[in-house]
Amino acid sequence: MARQTTKTSKSSQGTARKTASSAKRTVKFSNESLQKFYRDMLLIRRFEEKAGQIYGMGLIGGFCHLYIGQEAVVVGMQSAISDDDAVITSYRDHGHMLACGMDPKGVMAELTGREGGYSKGKGGSMHMFSKEKNFYGGHGIVGACVPLGTGLAFSQKYQDNGQMTLCYMGDGTANQGQVYESFNMAELWSLPVVYIIENNEYAMGTSVKRSSAQTELYKRGESFNVPGEQVDGMNVLAVAEAGKKAVEWVRAGKGPYILEMKTYRYRGHSMSDPAKYRSKEEVNKKRADSDPIEHLREKLLADKVYSEDELKEIDREVKGIIADAVEFAQNSPEPAPEELYTDVVA
Amino acid sequence: MPTEILMPALSPTMTEGKLARWMVKEGDTVSSGDVLAEIETDKATMEVEAVDEGKIGKILIEGDTENVAVNTPIAVLLEEGEDEGDLEGFSPSKVPAADSGSEDEESDEAPASKEPRIETRAPHDAYDASGEIPEGTEMVKMTVREALRDAMAEEMRSDDRVFVMGEEVAEYQGAYKVTQGLLDEFGPRRVIDTPITEHGFAGVGVGAAFHGLRPVVEFMTFNFAMQAIDQIVNSAAKTRYMSGGQMGSPIVFRGPNGAASRVAAQHSQCYASWYSHIPGLIVIAPHTAADAKGLLKAAIRNPNPVIFLENEILYGQSFEVPKLDDFVLPIGKAKIERSGDDVTIVSFGMGMRYALEAADKLTKDDISAEVIDLRTIRPMDMETLLASVRKTNRCVTVEEGWPQSGVGAEITAQIMHHAFDYLDAPVLRVSGKDVPMPYAANLEKLALPHVDEVVTAAKAVCYRD
Repeated sequence: MARQTTKTSKSSQGTARKTASSAKRTVKFSNESLQKFYRDMLLIRRFEEKAGQIYGMGLIGGFCHLYIGQEAVVVGMQSAISDDDAVITSYRDHGHMLACGMDPKGVMAELTGREGGYSKGKGGSMHMFSKEKNFYGGHGIVGACVPLGTGLAFSQKYQDNGQMTLCYMGDGTANQGQVYESFNMAELWSLPVVYIIENNEYAMGTSVKRSSAQTELYKRGESFNVPGEQVDGMNVLAVAEAGKKAVEWVRAGKGPYILEMKTYRYRGHSMSDPAKYRSKEEVNKKRADSDPIEHLREKLLADKVYSEDELKEIDREVKGIIADAVEFAQNSPEPAPEELYTDVVA
Repeated sequence: MPTEILMPALSPTMTEGKLARWMVKEGDTVSSGDVLAEIETDKATMEVEAVDEGKIGKILIEGDTENVAVNTPIAVLLEEGEDEGDLEGFSPSKVPAADSGSEDEESDEAPASKEPRIETRAPHDAYDASGEIPEGTEMVKMTVREALRDAMAEEMRSDDRVFVMGEEVAEYQGAYKVTQGLLDEFGPRRVIDTPITEHGFAGVGVGAAFHGLRPVVEFMTFNFAMQAIDQIVNSAAKTRYMSGGQMGSPIVFRGPNGAASRVAAQHSQCYASWYSHIPGLIVIAPHTAADAKGLLKAAIRNPNPVIFLENEILYGQSFEVPKLDDFVLPIGKAKIERSGDDVTIVSFGMGMRYALEAADKLTKDDISAEVIDLRTIRPMDMETLLASVRKTNRCVTVEEGWPQSGVGAEITAQIMHHAFDYLDAPVLRVSGKDVPMPYAANLEKLALPHVDEVVTAAKAVCYRD
C-alpha cells in the first residue's frame, strides 16, 4: 500500500502538505529483528486464540476483545522504542501487554480473574497495568487513554528525561472529543507522544464510513498541525519503519505525530458479536490476502532467514509458552476474600 | 489421547446454544485458527476456531442441533501421531451440569452465616483538634484565598514534582486569584495555562500522576468538572484498585464548588455528595483559612486522588492561620468547632457559616449547640460525629447541596445505624432546595439553606418552640 503522508509545520501556517512516498522499504531489518517480529506476532496470535478458547469454556468472564489480525501494529511499533518509554492503550490490550514484555502467565491469569494476574484478578481483560514494563493500561472507556497518554508524555517532558509515549487507540476512539483536546495540547506543548490509530475498519459493528465524516484518520491532526501518516498495518516491516520515523520526529523535540494503521480484526468486537455487519467473505479475503504473520513467514522462508524446521520449532516453543500460561491461569487461586477491600486507597 | 472439542460459551451467562453447522468434516486436517463450526444463541453467532492442529477424528454432535449445553464435547481431534484407532475405546466425557463448578466454589466461599443482629460501631472518643496548632504559635490573619495560594507555593518549593495546571492559572493569575504570584515564582514549566478543555486536561493531569508527578489541577469551578468526571472517576479513582495496587494517581483537583452569587443553575451546584460516593477518592471541603492551608498541603502529599472543594464566597473571608513553616493537617478528621450539649449541628465548607450563626442565635433560647465541621467528606470522621450525637442525642445536618442522596442523607443513615438508641429525635436535614438554582435574587435566597432554617430544625429536634 502506498503510504500517504501529511507533513505540516508551523512555518507552513498549518496547511497540510501531502507527499507521496514509495512503498519500498528504506530501513533494512536484521535477521534478528525479523525473527523477533515473527515470534512476537505468533505469541500474540496463539495467546489470543487460546484466550478465545478458554473463554468458551467459561474460564474467562465478562468482555474479552481479541487482537487477532492486528498483531503487526503493536509488534512493529514496539520495535521503535526503548524499554523505559511508556505505552498506553484502550481495551483491546492483550497484544500490547505481550509486546511490552509482560509475562503471558500474568496476563492470562488476569483474564481468568486469579491472584496471579497482573492486577491480582481485580482488573480483568480491559484493566491491566505493569509499572515495571511501563505499560500504563488497559483502559475500558473509549477515548480515555488519549488524554492519559498525553499526560504521560507531559510528565516525560516535564522531567526532561528523553523518554516518550506510544498512545494507541482505535478508529472508534478517533471520533471522541477528548482525543482532539489532547492533540491540541500535545502540539501546543510539543509533547513527546506518537498517537497510533489502529484502524481495523469497525468500531464494534459500525464501519469507519458510517461513523466518520473524514475517513482518512491520519488527517485528524491537521487542524492542530500534528503531522499524520497512513501505514499498512498488516505489514510489520512497514509499521516498524513508520514507527522509527515517527519516534525520531518526536525524540527530536518536534512534538506529537499521528500514525494511522490500516489493519483488520478477524474476530468479533468482543466474544459476543453478532457478525452481521460484515460478510464472511470480507473477513476471509483479508485473512487470505494480507495476514501479517503469514506474510512475514513467507518472507522469512524466501529470504532463508528461517527454514521450515526452524519455524516449526518456534511454533512449538510458542505453543509451550501458551500452554504454561493457561496452566498457570487455571491453577492460580482466586483472590482471597480479603482482597475485596485492599488497594482502594493508599 | 484424542482431544475433545467442547461447546463454547459466547458470554458468561450462556448455558446452551445451537450448533448451527460444521465447517469441517471427519477426516479433515485443521490447523490453529481454522473455523470448525458455527454456533448461535438468540443474540449472537460465533465461529468455533481450532486452537490445536490435528485431524477431525469424530463429530459427536451434528450440525443444526439446538440446546447444546456449554462444555459438551462436540467433536474429537486427533493430534500428530494419532489415528482413528485411537478413538476405539475413547468415550467422551460427560456433559458437566450447568454451572455446577462455579456454584460449588461460590457456596464454599459464601460468608459464614452470622447471627441476625445489628452490628454497630463501638463508641469512640471524638477527635481532638486542639492539638493541631501548638500552644503559643503566632497566628496571622489571612484570607482563604491567600492560605490556598501559600499551601501550593510551599509544596511547590519543597517538591519539584508538584505543578499547577488549569484555565487562567498563570498569566491571568487565577480566575479567582487563588494562584496569584505562582507564575512569577515558579515559571511556565510549573504553572500552566490550559485551553478550555476540562476533559482533556483532567486526563493529562491523571496521566502525569500515573507517571510520577504531583499535579494540582484547578477547575475554574467544579461545575465545569462535570465535563471531566469520567477521567476523575474512571481513571483517577479506580486505577489503584484495577491495577492491584501497582499504580496510583496522586493528584489534587481543586476549585470553587457550590453556589456563589446570582450565577444561576449551571454555575451553582455543590458536588460534595457526588464525589463522596466514589471509592478511591478523597473529598475535602474546608471552611476556614487554616484548614484550607493545612488540608491542601496534606492533599498534595497524599498518594490518592483528592477532590478539594473550595467556595467562592469564602475566598475573601479572613481567619487566623498559624504561622508555622510546615502546617499540615490530617485528612479524615472532623473538628468540633464549638462545643455544646443539646444538639449536634454538622456541616462543612460554606454550610459552616449557617451552622455557626445558627448556634449563636440558639444561645438566646438557651440551646447549647455543638457544631462539627466535617472538613473531610470522604473518608468521613464518623467517630467524632457519633461521639457528639451520643452526648447530645440530637442532630441537624447542613449543606448547600440537594437533599436526595446528599451528604446529610448519608450522615442520617449512619447515625440511625450506629446511634439509634441514643437518638431522642429524628435527624433533620437542612439543605439546598430540590430545584435548579434560580437567578432572581429572592428565589436564590429561598433556594439556599438559611440560618433560620437551621435554628428552626435545631429547636424542632429539641422539641422547643
